[in-house]
Amino acid sequence: MKKLFVVIPAYNEEKSISYVIKDLKKSNYNNIIVVDDGSKDKTFDIAEREKVKVLKHIINLGQGAALKTAIDYAIDKGAEIIVTFDADGQHRVQDIGKMIKPVMKREFDIVLGSRFLKKNRNTPFIRKVFLKGGAIIIFLMYGIRLTDSHNGLRAMSRKAAQKIEITSNGMEHASEILEQIKKKRLKYKEVPVNIRYTDYSIKRGQSTLNSFKILFKMIIKWLTR
Amino acid sequence: MSIQPIQIIVVLFSLFAISRVFLRYKDKKLTINQFIFWCIIWAGLITLTLFPKLTSPLSRILGVGRGSDIFIYLGIALLFYIVFRIYVKTEEQDQNITKLVRELAKKKK
Repeated sequence: MKKLFVVIPAYNEEKSISYVIKDLKKSNYNNIIVVDDGSKDKTFDIAEREKVKVLKHIINLGQGAALKTAIDYAIDKGAEIIVTFDADGQHRVQDIGKMIKPVMKREFDIVLGSRFLKKNRNTPFIRKVFLKGGAIIIFLMYGIRLTDSHNGLRAMSRKAAQKIEITSNGMEHASEILEQIKKKRLKYKEVPVNIRYTDYSIKRGQSTLNSFKILFKMIIKWLTR
Repeated sequence: MSIQPIQIIVVLFSLFAISRVFLRYKDKKLTINQFIFWCIIWAGLITLTLFPKLTSPLSRILGVGRGSDIFIYLGIALLFYIVFRIYVKTEEQDQNITKLVRELAKKKK
């Protein structure tokens, strides 16, 4: 069995983080790294109580920065496979198995979760429009064809984790990872996953307005590099 | 040549600015070179405000309608450039802060 780490960036997730960690442990995913991204609530204490490795950003930097801290740390600890998992409870632990399989078999460097690969009715309409719009923009900007553009559930090999450079601190990191996949010529694959849309995860998720902000930042980044 | 209110305002403001520059120089917050530089800038502004015709030769050379427009154009260009510089600078600072916070996170325990 390869050394597998599940990394969870968390910001103000005191309500869900404990459940997410317990759920992962129940399925024997015991190497868990939580990066508390300067939460103002008790996320850090609650996560520590679950006896997992918790790193703390002393100020809030953004999900991209937290993810990079977590991935760097996992690499340091000798991770061979890294799974990124959201802290709000929207992902299902059962989906991890099929995500890591292609990476374990070395068929793919990175596997991305997609909520649109199979028939799926639970994605709210407006969210669907924006995620699909995002996928089109990703295709136009980077030439990567995906069904779901911004899914926090990913599995990657150590090699892929080392190659992917995340420089965006904010939510643009999701697009940046895709850009890196293209640039570093990583072999990628989408796997269908289920998203649990609860009132909580919707509230904690990205607002529609935010997607414009993210797009704007991506364009600025693209212009100034 | 009649003096317009705006000219008086600009001249008064420039004089005020020069007094501040002088005070900073007396406090030794400015070097003699910086002192001279800012004095020339503000004195120049006073001169051009009182005698706008002085800019006409320059406007003819550059092909701008009115002399005072040159300052608007240059001013906007300069501001854009400064905004760009500040943008790059804050971006750099962001990256440095990120590095610091990340190292701190890894070091603790």
